[in-house]
Amino acid sequence: MGGFWSHVVEPGFFQSQTVQVALLVGGVVAAISAVVGVLTVLRGQSFAGHALGDISATGGSGAFLLSINPLFGFLGMGLAAAGCMEAIGVRRVRGRDVATGIVLGAALGVAALFLYFDTTFHSTSGAAITVLFGSLFVVSSSTVPAIIACASGALVVVLVLYRPLLLSSVGDDVAAARGVPVRVIGGLFILTMAVTVALSAITIGAILSTALLIGPAATALRMTRRPVTATATAVAIGVAATWVGCLLAYDSFYWPPVNHGWPVSFCIVALVFVFYLAVDLVRSFRLRRTNLPADKSNGAVVRAHPLDTLSTGIEAASASGSE
Amino acid sequence: MFAGFMINTWIVASIVAIVAGVVGFFVVLRGSSFAAHAIPNASFAGAAGANLVGASSIGGLLVFAVAGALGIALLSKRGRRDVATALAIVLMLALGALFLSFSTEYAAETYSLLFGEVLGVSSSELAPTVVLALLAVAAVATFWRLLLLTSVMPELAEARGVHIYRVELVFLLIVALVTSLSVPVVGALLMFSLMIGPPAAARSFTTNPFVAVVLAVSLALTTVWIAIAVSYMTTWPIGFFVGVLGAAFFLTGRAFAAWRGNRAHPRAARHSQVVAA
Repeated sequence: MGGFWSHVVEPGFFQSQTVQVALLVGGVVAAISAVVGVLTVLRGQSFAGHALGDISATGGSGAFLLSINPLFGFLGMGLAAAGCMEAIGVRRVRGRDVATGIVLGAALGVAALFLYFDTTFHSTSGAAITVLFGSLFVVSSSTVPAIIACASGALVVVLVLYRPLLLSSVGDDVAAARGVPVRVIGGLFILTMAVTVALSAITIGAILSTALLIGPAATALRMTRRPVTATATAVAIGVAATWVGCLLAYDSFYWPPVNHGWPVSFCIVALVFVFYLAVDLVRSFRLRRTNLPADKSNGAVVRAHPLDTLSTGIEAASASGSE
Repeated sequence: MFAGFMINTWIVASIVAIVAGVVGFFVVLRGSSFAAHAIPNASFAGAAGANLVGASSIGGLLVFAVAGALGIALLSKRGRRDVATALAIVLMLALGALFLSFSTEYAAETYSLLFGEVLGVSSSELAPTVVLALLAVAAVATFWRLLLLTSVMPELAEARGVHIYRVELVFLLIVALVTSLSVPVVGALLMFSLMIGPPAAARSFTTNPFVAVVLAVSLALTTVWIAIAVSYMTTWPIGFFVGVLGAAFFLTGRAFAAWRGNRAHPRAARHSQVVAA
């Protein structure tokens, strides 16, 4: 048994300070991402969440250029972009998609320029890859307090605004009718999302931060429809994927094809994705056995619209008719 | 700027702009910006993989772009579309990171794949680009009515017996085609900017679909030409100019729509904004 464990956990895993920092930071970020992620998925703002990750990369590359702490670059740019999206109109569902795309496009253009300057003036040709793909194993222990402070701040905002946020994800009209200040709540949420995504971008890289935000939350919402249970499940999935991902990346130094490790970001994302697929397959298998129509929305109860249930009913009818 | 070695770039970039304008009109109309952003990113992983095994990079782009399109379509059949797209893009990018980590001397090429490269077009890439572009435009022309109907009135299309899912699949495959021919020039991260900025601006100026497509193509051509010219003179990355010009056109279009709306019917102004959005 001892021999087996020394194969699973390579010697020195828990002793290495790099690994300790990675586990701590990864766990904190995965947890807050999962909490914010459940609300993001319920509110249908996955694109905004992904875009904020990419955009904060612009700040990261700018910070590289000015040689300031990348955390502030990521955070500052993410918050600015969230403000822009809110101003152009991410609130309306139809215009949201294009507004997000335009802000994202402009920010990525600026990122291209910053990275070009990075490579030209600082001759750090690896800057693009570091900023975009990142690695948990290069987080310096000096940024840990700042990361934990930001995560706690985001958590407090979500907890305080939990009920109105949930209510307005059912529909802005319903929430407004109940006296919820929909715009303020929506604006605060997108700022919180920007902070969360910036933290995630620092740890697993800007364009992969979406994985921790959306993956565990979407998986959890497939397993349960109760928001609080889903949040707890998402946190568990996110933290587990991050820690197991770290372990795999650490072990992968001894894997083919070359004797240098697999990227830790890849390991985490692969785990998140595999877990989502597994839960999805199990769920659809069970639905088929109980002969219920598979509904197409994650966390449908909160979002269910009379027309949706109607169309599901029609699908079910036509499906049973064709059989 | 118009020297011999630049001719290919001008030709390919113009083809890219035309196709991006045509397909981009439907991207904006259908609200598929996220998919249009995700598929080029997926194809980036393909290029990295192709480089690793020594295959042609346009082949890698095509295979992974199509895989990304199919992945989004399959996942969104079983869950929410934006969640499915997010998961697909993340998985593809992670694969890209994995492939990159296996190869050693790829940083500069990665950068040009992500952000575009003016001088990156060789004569051997010309023929496949033209073929892919013709395929994409032919596909849009063939499915023109179906695409319009399912974009604007999905319920009516469904009532008429149109398979919305199949149309969506065809559309995503068209985006994949466009992607694999455009990424070498404009870059994976900025490709979608060309597909969204000009068409979204065009929609603010007209409601006629055909006029909007023509206008979107002209704006996309303008964007690309200016981007190449300035990029050539400054040696700054072409993606920067594409991204910023796209946003500038969009803002101009929105400002125009708001101004016209306010002048014509103060009361209808809010309505026209909703429609334009």
